Amino acid sequence: MLRLPPFRFLVPKTSREAASMLADHGPDAMVVAGGTDLYPNMKRRQFEPKVLVSLRGIADTRGITANGGLRLGAMATLSAVAAHADVIARWPAVAKAAGLVSSPPLRNAGTIGGNLCVDTRCTYYNQTEFWRASIGYCMKKDGHICLVAPGSDKCWALSSSDTAPVMIALGAEVTLVGPKGERRIPVPQLFGRDGIAYLAKRPEEILTDIHVPDRAGWSMTYRKLRRRGSIDFPILGVAAAIQRDAGGIVTDARIVLGAVHTHPVEATDAQEFLKGKRLDAETIEMAAGIAYKPARPLDNADLSYAWRKRMARIEVGRALRELAGLPTGDLPPVVA
Amino acid sequence: MKCPVTITVNGSAHARDVEPRLLLAHFLRETLGLTGTNLGCDTSQCGSCTVLLDGAAVKSCTVLAVQADGCQVTTVEGLAKDGKLHPLQDAFWEKHGLQCGFCTPGMLMNAVDLLKRNPKPTEAEIRHGIDGNLCRCTGYQNIVASIAHAATQMAGGK
Ligand SMILES: Cc1cc2nc3c(=O)[nH]c(=O)nc-3n(C[C@H](O)[C@H](O)[C@H](O)COP(=O)(O)OP(=O)(O)OC[C@H]3O[C@@H](n4cnc5c(N)ncnc54)[C@H](O)[C@@H]3O)c2cc1C
Ligand code: SF4
Ligand code: FES
Ligand code: FES
Repeated sequence: MLRLPPFRFLVPKTSREAASMLADHGPDAMVVAGGTDLYPNMKRRQFEPKVLVSLRGIADTRGITANGGLRLGAMATLSAVAAHADVIARWPAVAKAAGLVSSPPLRNAGTIGGNLCVDTRCTYYNQTEFWRASIGYCMKKDGHICLVAPGSDKCWALSSSDTAPVMIALGAEVTLVGPKGERRIPVPQLFGRDGIAYLAKRPEEILTDIHVPDRAGWSMTYRKLRRRGSIDFPILGVAAAIQRDAGGIVTDARIVLGAVHTHPVEATDAQEFLKGKRLDAETIEMAAGIAYKPARPLDNADLSYAWRKRMARIEVGRALRELAGLPTGDLPPVVA
Repeated sequence: MKCPVTITVNGSAHARDVEPRLLLAHFLRETLGLTGTNLGCDTSQCGSCTVLLDGAAVKSCTVLAVQADGCQVTTVEGLAKDGKLHPLQDAFWEKHGLQCGFCTPGMLMNAVDLLKRNPKPTEAEIRHGIDGNLCRCTGYQNIVASIAHAATQMAGGK
């Protein structure tokens, strides 16, 4: 049986107070939202915080409001985001990505803020303490080398959030609250460039809100690849958002890949390539051929990395065909 | 350091002092002796520990007892009312929705939430609704049939 290590549990009433508690306790403290990522990790001793600062006692952090843009309180559950009528109607890729995270009971507890901040993943890391001790620890926790790339001085654990690629594709921003004040940054700036320090925010900063701009007139989708369609983390995520003028010419394009690097990866060359073009089958094929290039999967997730790289090309193509109204080549569902 | 909590389980309030790291699953099983809620994987994959927390199905192996302070919890022991089985329990009996029964309490509690959100699910919606509940025995066919049967019974008022 896996039990949690002991800790003190603090329940602040405001985000500012929570940030101050984190600052006071330094590296001993961690913030917890739904706990669906953190608690299993703590049971496996990937994290051993002495103090947990819970965000549950803070008022007004669960709200979802859609006026011009969309504001998601960081503590809104993934179920609430996925089922929200305005989100489904106006930001369907957000609802789709949130609804594809893990399984219904975890979406009832897991939050959208926690999903953006979810820990990076690696086959040598997401294991019990016993397993990790047996094979030899890696530098992400307790060890000194990377077991996937032994010559590497950095960790290559994969960014595995389903919603982060979508948020980046839609140009979303987040509000971060620290002990002294708050700031608002574009979502890409939330992410660092290393599998260990995967968040670029200050440790005491709390994510309180996600702001997604109005995307009327855009088409958008999210596609997710994994072994089991029921509960698995993504081994590839593709978020695509396209704006076209009345004549069907692409005026703006965003393609973001998840689970191919320590952070979500924007396929900038493919985005530029698509601008000014019509979204036909040939253009899509060429764009997909450009978009998958920045994907750098290593041998640290489920299934073979060469296949995951090839699938990045195929899945980008499928995502764009979905947006163009062309057949995606997906198999029909087994049951209706 | 222990923290005082009051958790209402199946309608009765329980006040206890608990360690912060105590999981709701262990609070139910060990502190209250309600062993209907099973623990399988410990890592929030299998769903055997599913209970209702303020009406929503959650995996009690990733909820702290201190987080459930002031909340309403329903476990499989709370499904039957006045000696009469819940329609879902009847349906699992009727359609043979279990073999060893280990996954059943979690499967039932998750299905309660599923049918509350979507009283007339399609077969695909039932299958996706139980995405987070693993069963090693049945092959799921009869579980899906049981939930579909319960939905029909509950819609008809029986
Ligand atoms: C079996 C299983 C399957 C899963 N499948 C998926 C999947 O397919 N896709 C996926 O994306 N995730 C998956 N998850 C992970 C997790 O359930 C989700 O990512 C969830 O959204 C995390 O949210 P949470 O509120 O539970 O986060 P928590 O566990 O509370 O926190 C996660 C991390 O974020 C930090 N954090 C949380 N909220 C904030 C905040 N507001 N400000 C600053 N830091 C914060 C915490 O300190 C912690 O480091 C899975 C988990 C399990 C157990
Ligand atoms: S990428 Fe290397 S350092 Fe990072 S978790 Fe995996 S084995 Fe450890
Ligand atoms: S024991 Fe909780 S999900 Fe398996
Ligand atoms: S009946 Fe045995 S695990 Fe489902």
